[in-house]
Amino acid sequence: MTDQTLKTTPLNAAHRRLGARMVGFGGYDMPVQYEGVLAEHRWTREHAGLFDVSHMGQCKITGADAVAQFERFVPGDYEILKAGKQKYSLLLNTDGGIIDDLMAGRPDHDGLFVVVNAGNKDEDFAFWTANLQGDAKLTVLDRALIAIQGPEAAEVMAAHEPVLAEMGFMETARLMLFGVDCYVSRSGYTGEDGYEISVPADQAERIWNTLLEDARVKPIGLGARDSLRLEAGLPLHGHDIDPTTSAVEGALTFALSKSRKERADFNGAERILKELADGPTRVRVGLVVKEGAPAREGAEIADMDGDVIGKVTSGGPSPTLGKNIAMGFVPPAFSSLGTELKVIVRGKSADAEVVAMPFVAQRYYRKPKA
Amino acid sequence: MKFTKDHEWVSLDGDIATVGISKHAADALGDVVFVEVPEVGKTVSKGDSFAVVESVKAASDVYAPVSGEVIEANDALSTAPETVNSAAEADGWFARIKVSDAAELDALMDQAAYDAFLATL
Repeated sequence: MTDQTLKTTPLNAAHRRLGARMVGFGGYDMPVQYEGVLAEHRWTREHAGLFDVSHMGQCKITGADAVAQFERFVPGDYEILKAGKQKYSLLLNTDGGIIDDLMAGRPDHDGLFVVVNAGNKDEDFAFWTANLQGDAKLTVLDRALIAIQGPEAAEVMAAHEPVLAEMGFMETARLMLFGVDCYVSRSGYTGEDGYEISVPADQAERIWNTLLEDARVKPIGLGARDSLRLEAGLPLHGHDIDPTTSAVEGALTFALSKSRKERADFNGAERILKELADGPTRVRVGLVVKEGAPAREGAEIADMDGDVIGKVTSGGPSPTLGKNIAMGFVPPAFSSLGTELKVIVRGKSADAEVVAMPFVAQRYYRKPKA
Repeated sequence: MKFTKDHEWVSLDGDIATVGISKHAADALGDVVFVEVPEVGKTVSKGDSFAVVESVKAASDVYAPVSGEVIEANDALSTAPETVNSAAEADGWFARIKVSDAAELDALMDQAAYDAFLATL
């Protein structure tokens, strides 16, 4: 039974035929699992997982003023971003809080192609419509988005289009694939090598089924998508970061371009520069929980005296490590690697330790230097 | 074996009830990665949250299907929580409870009634 209040992606019928268990996520009826979260998680780490991420928002921002206008609300330098590249960034409110996190790139010579989170897309698009000035124009793309992730993803895709094997991590292109106009980027949300492929909605099911014909490829639900991104140390907006979190607190300072910090010309620059200079009051860290139950979102973090100093924002078992891992916020004084802390799960205190993220090494594809 | 609408099962032997979660519940949860069983000696009332079962995605409460005193907990689940998936209604039991009022079981569903209940979900 489909919940009538939920939207569907162009692949909804395909998920149901595959026997997926469906749940509501970001306003969409989405597959949480097919075979099982653990098996799907492991398959993606060992082979190639296929994800329907069509619930995410896709748009283009075009016009002569597109990049300059887009930059007003993000801390990344997009003026110097070359065609064929994409960059992770943050849509900021005037306080420097994170309205959303996003990928924006130049797959072609027509402005920026931007992918945003499902649950925030309506708000993001409304924000840009209200705030983009000059001739910068937002066009929402009603396309499907398919991700293929894992160590065998590149070989699977090379069989369809050899040029994809030549792309480096965070490169993007607009090209004919499966006989149709696609936007492809070598990126993802699992820590593995792989691609995100934007395809015309009416071609999605054909392309999805074509990719599943390869024995190396299995469909992966949102359950494993979440455990994979957690192991990769990647934050989930609305949980680990939100409109109250700054890039400094969120441990996302890599998204602050040097030139933009120098110019201090983006939303919330004042707060962000102050936090960079003086330190934030809290910072996102990785934790390994050394005993007991998984510490999940909302679990309190305490120091060794038992004083509560922060909260877990996401957590769960790591299938790859066989340990319980979590992300959460603590004051910087407790953020050094190796710091011993406690997490409190259902009233029970358990030993935890601050560890480096990613929890599981990322395996992005870096092109050999020419 | 009898079942609750919350998908716990009870098997009574004398005044000792072995309790767990149904195969349906285990399948719905998916991969069980952690089980918190009740402490031996604890007194529970029917409907109390007395154990927790966790999948990769979430933690779920397990409610006591009968009142009484916990006399044994299945500690094997701490190292092999996946037993709940492979044998929910056998080796995947959670605890044994010395029941204080065996009449409480009369209100529970037998297998046929539970199967009929599942068909309505």
